[in-house]
Amino acid sequence: MSDVRIIEIKQSVFADNDREADRLRSELKGKRTFLLNLMSSPGSGKTTTLQQTVARLKDEMKIGVMEADIDSSVDAEKMAKTGVRSIQLHTGGMCHLDAGMTEQGLKEIGVDDLDLVVLENVGNLVCPAEFDTGAARNAMILSVPEGHDKPLKYPLIFTVCDALIINKIDVLPYFDFDMDKVVEYAHMRNPKLKIFPICAKTGEGVDAWCDWLREQVRSWNER
Amino acid sequence: MHELGIVMHMIGQVERVAEENGVDQVAKINMEIGEVSSVVPDLFTDCFHWAKKKTKHLREAELELIILEGVSYCQDCKGTYKTTEFAKKCPYCGSDNTYLITGSEINIRDIEVADPAPSQPERKEENHV
Repeated sequence: MSDVRIIEIKQSVFADNDREADRLRSELKGKRTFLLNLMSSPGSGKTTTLQQTVARLKDEMKIGVMEADIDSSVDAEKMAKTGVRSIQLHTGGMCHLDAGMTEQGLKEIGVDDLDLVVLENVGNLVCPAEFDTGAARNAMILSVPEGHDKPLKYPLIFTVCDALIINKIDVLPYFDFDMDKVVEYAHMRNPKLKIFPICAKTGEGVDAWCDWLREQVRSWNER
Repeated sequence: MHELGIVMHMIGQVERVAEENGVDQVAKINMEIGEVSSVVPDLFTDCFHWAKKKTKHLREAELELIILEGVSYCQDCKGTYKTTEFAKKCPYCGSDNTYLITGSEINIRDIEVADPAPSQPERKEENHV
């Protein structure tokens, strides 16, 4: 008869990733590079919002963009046209990026001379929220057609984010989207969440978002 | 998809523990999964049995998922209640000022190993006497 030996582990599945993410975050702090993890559903306007953001900030800081997708490189090509350094990351079927994959991407893009790196995570409101990428701040975009009930349906992502961009406000008259309700629901999940209603297509509201981001980058990169 | 990503992280952690303990093949992995952790147990199990074939130490491993109940606490009336039934709203006083106490866990509790520890061969010999 063979003995059964029990080895206790007693840790979260995310423990190893959380440790890697913390290490990556402190390395980036040392290099004075601010990593923004941008998350949302597919089609909420992440790339268009980034194009508007880059246009406003690229003269005052060096920016890199990492586009993560399951496949294709259309987003990286779009970003390259804005004049910032950009690379495409393929997750090989995975629905999120973890700290290890983010670190590989950062090595590839080269962060030593960059002040701000934006990681455009895979379009998804569930998995990216569970995996800490090592970013200094997390932001998410919710677009008007998705509906104001999303903070109730996907609570975790609203909890882990520092900023919420509400995009496509130009189509508000055509949808039953209640701006007061979304703010109430989002703050119920996370009272500290900063909320920026914008229209990435026209640029409305983008300045306020950029002011917030500029201030975050400045204080992170300060010695 | 969602479950597979979590399975891959679990496998990475357990493989490392197996290496550290000189284990060749793990017999069983016991995990605690919270009711409101967003993991679907059947899918998680299927993903594991697909992914384990490519591992070094988990090829024969069974997986047991121990489901932990979702329990929320109301900060206004200090009561606790079943999260899956009442979600964010306290059933006693109607307050939204509540938070989850248990139920979001995705933990690896322990692993079971069938062979005796290779680091203690002397004990095996004693058993034969």
